[in-house]
Amino acid sequence: MKKELVIIGGGPAGLAAAIAAKENGVDDLVIIERDGRLGGILNQCIHNGFGLHTFKEELTGPEYAGRYIDKVLELGIPYKLNTMVVDLTQVSEGADAESGNEKADEAACRVQSGSKLVTVMNRQEGLYTIEAKAVILAMGCRERSRGALNIPGYRPAGIYSAGTAQRYVNMEGRMPGKEVVILGSGDIGLIMARRMTLEGAKVKLVAELMPYSGGLKRNIVQCLDDFGIPLKLSHTVVDIKGKERVEAVVVAQVDERSTPIPGTEEEITCDTLLLSCGLIPENELSGNLGVEMNPVTNGPRVNESLETDKQGVFACGNVLHVHDLVDYVSEEATQAGKCAAAYLQGRLSAGETAEPGKAGKQIPIRAVDGVRYTVPASLDPHRMEETQVVRFRVGNVYRDAAVEVSFNGKVVSSRKKKALAPGEMEQVILKKTDLEQFEGLEEITFAIRRS
Amino acid sequence: MTDIIVIGAGVTGCGIARELARYDWKVTVLERASDVCEGTSKANSGIAHAGFDAFPGTMKAKLNVEGNRMMEALSKELDFPFRRNGSLVLCFDEEDRPKLQKLLEQGQKNGVKELRIIEREELKGLEPNISDNAVAALYAPTGGIVCPFNLTIALAENAAVNGVEFRLNTEVQKIEKIPEGYRVITNQGVLESRVVINAAGVYADRFHNMVSEKKIRIIPRKGEYCLMDKKVGNFVTRTIFQLPTKYGKGVLVTPTVHGNLLAGPTAVDIDDYEGVNTTRSGMEDLMKRAGLSVEGLPSRQVITSFAGLRAHAVTENEDFIIGQAEDAPGFFDAAGIESPGLTCAPALGRYLTALVLEYLPAAEKKYFVAERKGIPSMALAGPEERKRLIQENPLYADVVCRCELVTEGEIMDAIHRPLGATTLDGVKRRTRAGMGRCQAGFCSPRTVEILARELGKDMAEIGKNDEGSEFLTGYNKDGIV
Repeated sequence: MKKELVIIGGGPAGLAAAIAAKENGVDDLVIIERDGRLGGILNQCIHNGFGLHTFKEELTGPEYAGRYIDKVLELGIPYKLNTMVVDLTQVSEGADAESGNEKADEAACRVQSGSKLVTVMNRQEGLYTIEAKAVILAMGCRERSRGALNIPGYRPAGIYSAGTAQRYVNMEGRMPGKEVVILGSGDIGLIMARRMTLEGAKVKLVAELMPYSGGLKRNIVQCLDDFGIPLKLSHTVVDIKGKERVEAVVVAQVDERSTPIPGTEEEITCDTLLLSCGLIPENELSGNLGVEMNPVTNGPRVNESLETDKQGVFACGNVLHVHDLVDYVSEEATQAGKCAAAYLQGRLSAGETAEPGKAGKQIPIRAVDGVRYTVPASLDPHRMEETQVVRFRVGNVYRDAAVEVSFNGKVVSSRKKKALAPGEMEQVILKKTDLEQFEGLEEITFAIRRS
Repeated sequence: MTDIIVIGAGVTGCGIARELARYDWKVTVLERASDVCEGTSKANSGIAHAGFDAFPGTMKAKLNVEGNRMMEALSKELDFPFRRNGSLVLCFDEEDRPKLQKLLEQGQKNGVKELRIIEREELKGLEPNISDNAVAALYAPTGGIVCPFNLTIALAENAAVNGVEFRLNTEVQKIEKIPEGYRVITNQGVLESRVVINAAGVYADRFHNMVSEKKIRIIPRKGEYCLMDKKVGNFVTRTIFQLPTKYGKGVLVTPTVHGNLLAGPTAVDIDDYEGVNTTRSGMEDLMKRAGLSVEGLPSRQVITSFAGLRAHAVTENEDFIIGQAEDAPGFFDAAGIESPGLTCAPALGRYLTALVLEYLPAAEKKYFVAERKGIPSMALAGPEERKRLIQENPLYADVVCRCELVTEGEIMDAIHRPLGATTLDGVKRRTRAGMGRCQAGFCSPRTVEILARELGKDMAEIGKNDEGSEFLTGYNKDGIV
């Protein structure tokens, strides 16, 4: 099977990317979704607060997804459900190979060099390969597990990532526990503190390793404060008790190097430990393709077109970097869809091979002094749209600091911020004209300056 | 009255049961847990040791070398993952060379083939990530890696298919001598048997001491491990041991047969026979010591950690206790089976069966089925094999565990096989669903759902392993008036 564009993932990123691609003239496209329905993780996010930026109203997760799903249906964008992408490779350049490639569909006799081979499988159609000119990566992310957190203790039932518990409660109507301690103040953990309380469980504590919360301020207020759930910063779980089922966890205070302080241990009786300690982009497929990764985001490095170092491979949403609000995912994915369309229509000139003076030079964006990373990680002033949103996260909590943008070391903008926190994504909009007017631009720098 | 009761369905008990199954005995295996492979057999290094470690002349040495030799053919016969990846014992100090030499000679005495000492250069060539401090190593090409779960489960399934009865959730409480043999009192009733085989792991001393005046003592010796992501599974290709130094017995770094990287174990004697908890100090210690073997151990790639208990028998020569108890005819021990017990299991089964034959002669079964076919693995299958499997059963295309690419078809197989899985851990050990980097975050609700559906149970009845480990505690708003 051949397709112009394959979108891997039918969550918020994949949906918005597909819509944008279609609206920009790509008709031969397909969304591949591993779950039984479109919408991704939004389907289990039944709380409201989604869409304030995009729709200027408060929607629940399924409602927000529904808006995009309706649009996908209206535009007649094809999608495949319960379909897993099992491999993603690229036909090597200049190798207009016979389909001797064992993964290729027997019908596709010749595959074009540079094509992407997306091997999928599902119950109805079995295993086959789609040859695509462009691919949008929109696989989302997963939660950090207990094992990755190195929490010592027994391994009983009753330890769930917050998202797993959310699925049990919101999708199955079943409670995974009665007395709960939550480790990590990521947004899902905060949302689940409220949900478990509303559904009749007792949430005894949210412990956060860092001296600040990893979630949105509004979630701290609405999910913890409003329900009288205590949040202990600079605390972690140092032991899990109970052989079959969790019986208690031991929580201790940590020092500035996140090491537990002896003597501060407190045993809390509970039958459930929920973990909300960070999300990790799911880039195993990107790895198969050999896409260059950013070790800070665990997502691909992309340029202004949200294109990875592999031409025709774009990334958006949580697979690219973990977002706080879905609205930004949709916005970013829309851009990815547009750029994929431009690429397919030959409007996105190839990177380094272009003529000098025209498109072709990628200007790196360096994240320094408190800025952990930027997306994109580089941009081409000639190729970019009139404006470019640069998203980033900071590595610490800052009060009354400024986000400073420099060109070749010269500060070109400084925006005051009352508060900056790692839990909230920030953005700066760069103007094409500003970049083009700057003589000999070699490097853009993003930094935080304390006043 | 039954002929033989085996206490314990770990790799030792299952290895014995499978060999007993070749003869015309009525055999029952009693297991306290809800599944086979629930004790030490599920939490170890997964190594098929070459056999240079044990003192020459001991049962450990004999069965190790024999078990290692048997493993390859057995892995084909019973369809479980095994690979002869070779092992290296690192020497970090010129002063320790005599110890390396001694280990070589000991191995040769034990009958280990192809053993040799290699120098730093060759070592670096074999293992580019090896520590710069390693001066030489003992190289044992016959060392291997094996899936401890599938080895145990394969032995058990094959025993079951050949007529051995497995009684799970059956805890032996008391053993009494009766004229015809033994009365075994369990939480599920009383059984009588001519022969009792004690393969009860860390509890073996209790059962032995119920019938024998020649008391034995088992100490649970805890070993903690950290398992790393498949991304770094080829960080080393061989199993890397360390020569014991004044700082203690070393830990190993090894690829697992499934492609992860494993570091461990610690060795701490404890009092708690159920103390399989990991500790902060243990994990820190093992990663630090594992880091001595290699440059840049990818410790940030840890996806899970676990602890197992070695059944360490207090004996003069550090050997296993295998054979008929002196003062209890018909009571056979397979006790103190610590490392290299996993490697020994096939040979131990054969050895002990020969002893039982002398005591209670039996004819060979005419219809013994030696071969067992495992659950197909979509993750390991090539494209054509995958297509064929999906054609056979479309459920092989329905992915449940995305990290390890395990499908609903495989999970259904795991549930409906002889001695099929009834728990999440049971499915996990048979199929690897939930063993990947997300550690069952995404797939556990679906696996629980499939288990409930296939077993005709409610989801609330499905547990991680034993009773009391159920995942769900009720319905939403249960507690709200």
